Amino acid sequence: MSNGLNDTEIISRILRGEKHCFAELVNRYQNYVFTLTMRYIKNREDAEEVAQDIFIKAYGSLPGFRGSSKFSTWLYTIVNTTCITFLRKKKYEIHSLDDEKNFSSADYRDSGYSSNLAEQKSRIQMVTKAIDLLNADDAEIITLFYKAEQSLEEIGRILSLKTNTVKVRLHRARARLKEKMEKYFAYEVKDLN
Amino acid sequence: MNTKENIESRLWDYIDGNSTAEEKIIIENFLGGNVQWQKTYKELLEIQKMLTSSELEQPSLRFTKNVMDKISNYNVSPAAKNYINKKIIWAIGAFFITLITGFLIYAFAQINWNLPGNNNLIFDFKNIDLSKFFNSTYARIFLMISVVLGLMLIDSFLAGKKNELYSGS
Repeated sequence: MSNGLNDTEIISRILRGEKHCFAELVNRYQNYVFTLTMRYIKNREDAEEVAQDIFIKAYGSLPGFRGSSKFSTWLYTIVNTTCITFLRKKKYEIHSLDDEKNFSSADYRDSGYSSNLAEQKSRIQMVTKAIDLLNADDAEIITLFYKAEQSLEEIGRILSLKTNTVKVRLHRARARLKEKMEKYFAYEVKDLN
Repeated sequence: MNTKENIESRLWDYIDGNSTAEEKIIIENFLGGNVQWQKTYKELLEIQKMLTSSELEQPSLRFTKNVMDKISNYNVSPAAKNYINKKIIWAIGAFFITLITGFLIYAFAQINWNLPGNNNLIFDFKNIDLSKFFNSTYARIFLMISVVLGLMLIDSFLAGKKNELYSGS
């Protein structure tokens, strides 16, 4: 079993021919990869298909992984390029600020929780919804920083940007997220203050 | 300038731990006595808390199985550096070093180091005759391959530098 092993050890095993060890890497990173993919591709079925392709590409490219960065950073680079290629091929709209049109804060509020736990859950849902309302670039940078726990330098590597550019983009993305929250979740945001 | 945008930007740096020591002291002073800064800081901290606790999307339960099914017929090719025996690489390297050393020894052997009437050593490049080696087609092909390999080496070196630049390290 490869449960207790770190990523590099698992990769060494896979390269020695223990193909089944790749399942552990898929288990570890599937939620991150799928979330990042969903930031670009809103359709769940397409996103799942692309996320699978990402892991297959990663598997095929494992011998080229030199270990100079974290495996996750390397994997998210594949996520980024694969999603952009998919969107170009499909001529998809690179996500819409205006999912907003289909979104009503009232729908969200109607779930009306009262207990603290439910309130906390509700806030988490609110922020998830607000991220969905951002454009793909903003949503991705926020996801990479907060969920995938990538540093500014690592995000720079993934997106082929300079660290300072990443910093500025992250600031802007958070500012836009705050705007969305204030606009669409004014009631809940007021509660936070 | 204490615009809202500026305050938020400085506070995000502070929260992310990217402020300099001086900036940190300045911000802490503001937070100690300025209501606008305190209010914004509280808001940003709350957003930070929600962002870190936001949920990840989950793919279908069959996700891992689907991936493993797809790769079942796929054989990963080991990197060239892994499957080429290191001894072979060293042997090729040694061959070229010997070849170059041989050329140099031959070239220096052709030089007349002591010209009459002059005690100084004179390095006369005209005395080096390598034309008989470089006139053949094989030598030219060899040189061309060397130039191409050299260019590839420079390219990978510059690509590495570019990555370092992007990663800010």
